[in-house]
Amino acid sequence: MAKEKKGVRLEHISKIYQDPKTKKEFYAVKDTTLDIEPGTFVTLLGPSGCGKTTTLRMIAGFESPDEGEIYLGGEPINELTPNKRDTAMVFQSYALLPHYNVFDNVAYGLKIRKLPKSEIKQKVTDILRLVELEGMESRMTNQLSGGQQQRVALARALVLEPGVLLFDEPLSNLDAKLRVSMRTEIRKIQQKVGITAIYVTHDQSEAMSLSDKIIIMSKGKVEQIGTPREVYYRPSSRFVADFIGEANFLDAKVKEARGEKALIEVNGEEMEVNNYIGRKPGEEACLVLRPEAVLLADKGQLPCEVTLSTFMGAYQYYQVKAGEVTVQITDYNPVNKKIYETGEKAFLDFDTDGVYIL
Amino acid sequence: MANNQNARLERRKFFSDPILVSMIVILIVFLALFILYPLLMLLLDSVFTEGKVTLDVFRRVLSMQRFRKAFTNTLVLGFIVGLASTLIGLLFAYVEVYVKVRTKVLEKLFGVVSMLPVVSPPFVLSLSMIMLFGRSGLITRTLLHIYDADVYGLKGIAIVQTLTFFPVCYLMLKGLLKNIDPSLEEATRDMGATRWKVFTSVTLPLLLPGLGNAFLVTFIESVADFANPMMIGGSYDTLATTIYLQVTGSFDSTGAAAMSVVLLSLTVVLFLIQKYYLERKTAATLTGKASRERMLITDKSVTIPLTIFCTLVAAFVTLMYIMVPFGALFTLWGRNYSLSLKWFQYMFKTSGLIAFRDSIVLSLIAAPLTALLSMVIAYLVVKRKFKAKGFIEFVSMLAMAVPGTVLGIGYIRGYANGLFRTGVMQGLYGTGLILIIVFIVRSLPTGTRSGISALRQIDKSIEESAYDMGANSARVFTTVTLPLIKDSFFSGLVTSFVRSITAISAFILLVTPQYLLITCQINEQAEKGNYGVACAYATVLIVITYGMVLIMNGLIRIFGTSRGTGE
Repeated sequence: MAKEKKGVRLEHISKIYQDPKTKKEFYAVKDTTLDIEPGTFVTLLGPSGCGKTTTLRMIAGFESPDEGEIYLGGEPINELTPNKRDTAMVFQSYALLPHYNVFDNVAYGLKIRKLPKSEIKQKVTDILRLVELEGMESRMTNQLSGGQQQRVALARALVLEPGVLLFDEPLSNLDAKLRVSMRTEIRKIQQKVGITAIYVTHDQSEAMSLSDKIIIMSKGKVEQIGTPREVYYRPSSRFVADFIGEANFLDAKVKEARGEKALIEVNGEEMEVNNYIGRKPGEEACLVLRPEAVLLADKGQLPCEVTLSTFMGAYQYYQVKAGEVTVQITDYNPVNKKIYETGEKAFLDFDTDGVYIL
Repeated sequence: MANNQNARLERRKFFSDPILVSMIVILIVFLALFILYPLLMLLLDSVFTEGKVTLDVFRRVLSMQRFRKAFTNTLVLGFIVGLASTLIGLLFAYVEVYVKVRTKVLEKLFGVVSMLPVVSPPFVLSLSMIMLFGRSGLITRTLLHIYDADVYGLKGIAIVQTLTFFPVCYLMLKGLLKNIDPSLEEATRDMGATRWKVFTSVTLPLLLPGLGNAFLVTFIESVADFANPMMIGGSYDTLATTIYLQVTGSFDSTGAAAMSVVLLSLTVVLFLIQKYYLERKTAATLTGKASRERMLITDKSVTIPLTIFCTLVAAFVTLMYIMVPFGALFTLWGRNYSLSLKWFQYMFKTSGLIAFRDSIVLSLIAAPLTALLSMVIAYLVVKRKFKAKGFIEFVSMLAMAVPGTVLGIGYIRGYANGLFRTGVMQGLYGTGLILIIVFIVRSLPTGTRSGISALRQIDKSIEESAYDMGANSARVFTTVTLPLIKDSFFSGLVTSFVRSITAISAFILLVTPQYLLITCQINEQAEKGNYGVACAYATVLIVITYGMVLIMNGLIRIFGTSRGTGE
């Protein structure tokens, strides 16, 4: 449906803000270079204050970068005002025009583009069918549920057939269940329309389920870019490993390194694990253990002592002490498994081929 | 860190919106020409004599016994009125928010009292004060048989101004009291404090900046007030009346300019303290919204005295307003209380119709312009970023601190001989247009203020979304901003109409025989002692303003609260 899918390129973009209290300047976004392929769904993911929303607002044109250039479909757009950019944004608060009904909200941008009345009507009807709001044209926006308002906001952006669709945490005002069903729907519609989409969120499960690619940001910088699988299984830094999913970190020392493998020493035990980021012999590193990738057993790789054991229904939750570090373990479907009680000695049991050091 | 690119891009984006840019330029020119320039001329006039910078004029003015007396008088008056108004306003607000007195009569009276500052022409209370307590006053002469009652002077002005301004304090303080979280007071009560202790240790300290704020606002109003001291002041001259007499009596407009500078500095300093210190402090101490309903005080030793006091004051104010139509209907006040329509007939036979036509037409032209202009200013100040924003906000708010008399002198000095006495724009002086401009300038700050607070309520992403969908600034303003703040727009419309039609201070200096204004007629007739005619004018004026307020409420009910039906 989109006239033309456009790619977005950020070249050495920086944005400086001033702290309103201390008057000190700081980088909200620092020297960021990104390439977003046409037609892909990309998520900007990170904790609050990491610069993801600022980045999105610079693409939309609400903020101007202090350094660098932004390209949309190959054209530099730094000097264009938001109304002249081929982008459309879905806002966190939906930002529906409260004095207009659903139809007029969706038709607003089309009227500005001076399309003939019949064409506007056709387009609005089509798009409302796509987001499953047909028949709601004359409702006022305050008569709609949160999910329906969200769909209007989406329809209003889609109907303009923008080169790129921007989402600013659009689901954060919905309740948990609706959030899950809406994100599936957003993904379905995006794939049907085939539009380029950039989506800002701090919710990692949203990012995982929606994206072709996830861009993880921290303190104004890009930490890692990759598919959901890549960022989960091969995080490039402790920050990413910690931010995406849960992770336990055990201090390790690298003894030997061969290709993507390394021999390390953890709590006095030696083992061979993956070394994706190329740690060198002699370096201090940390072994990353996902809570679901470790089990408790009578024998295994590392000795430990159980400090907390709680039944959670879907899994048994343990906290154990391995050396100086507390490790969290989620043992799924524990129905016929041995349950370790607090104070018991046990071993951490994991597949050394599936874990890695950072 | 390099901020250059950001600044350059923002500039680029800004200038790619020609409507926005020209709007800002027009605003800056308007504000500079009609607020800053006249004030600047006053300053220039008082320091330049025959091309030399000298303080001679100031020296001359300051050595005038009359001026020095007026200066102290003004301060004394302002202080008394500020204090009394704040106190009465506080009592009213406290009763409304804290005390359980839900009688229909009292609620009606409170409603009337809070309505008064909106509809009342400024000198109506003076008029009825004279009619009730003056030499031939209804109470003093007819009831008490006092034949030498002297209502003129400090006590007269102080009473009248207090009654005129305390409703403003009441409304301000009511809002603040409602914001105090009741659990704070309950907590101290729970720790064993008496009700009086709670009031002095919790309520009062929290309210203190707000009280200071109310005091200063009334102080400024009192200092700037022209009509009441003029009518009931007798020999008690204030700065505002002295300046007026300096022009109309002594034909010394340089002297008047110097006096104006003194009065202006006084009000501006007070205004700056109020706006930039107290208002901020008030906002800082009272941030929270009340978490739930407050338990009202039912203790009879508290409720009865407070209720009686407030009822008396409110009833007295109401009585004074009721006096006005009767003043017009009685054959001869103080002598013959039979009803007749002769004053109304007299009014319409003389210049009545023309005065009503002129006042109404000029106010009707000024009101929509003011309302629109103040909404545009509010929009620019709240929603846009640009360099001259601070200037626009400051100057449009500064107009609030400029007493009407000062503005009037400024226009005389600034426009009687054209811009900077070059003859450019000389044609403006003495026309209806300059009156309209003064109307606009006088009402702009209130409109802007209400627009700003209305706009702050609106999520900025609503306008951003329209902008993002391709609308330029003008389109965003007309299709999104204005419809969303139409309540504020309509109330600005009516407020500025009412303010314009009831204003006098600046106009009495600027009006030419070509135009007759109702307020000037009232002043003229009252000065001549024709209270019957003055009352007839005032009655019709109150009817007009009250009618306008009713129309406004009707309009808001139709267009305002219902969230429209699209296009």
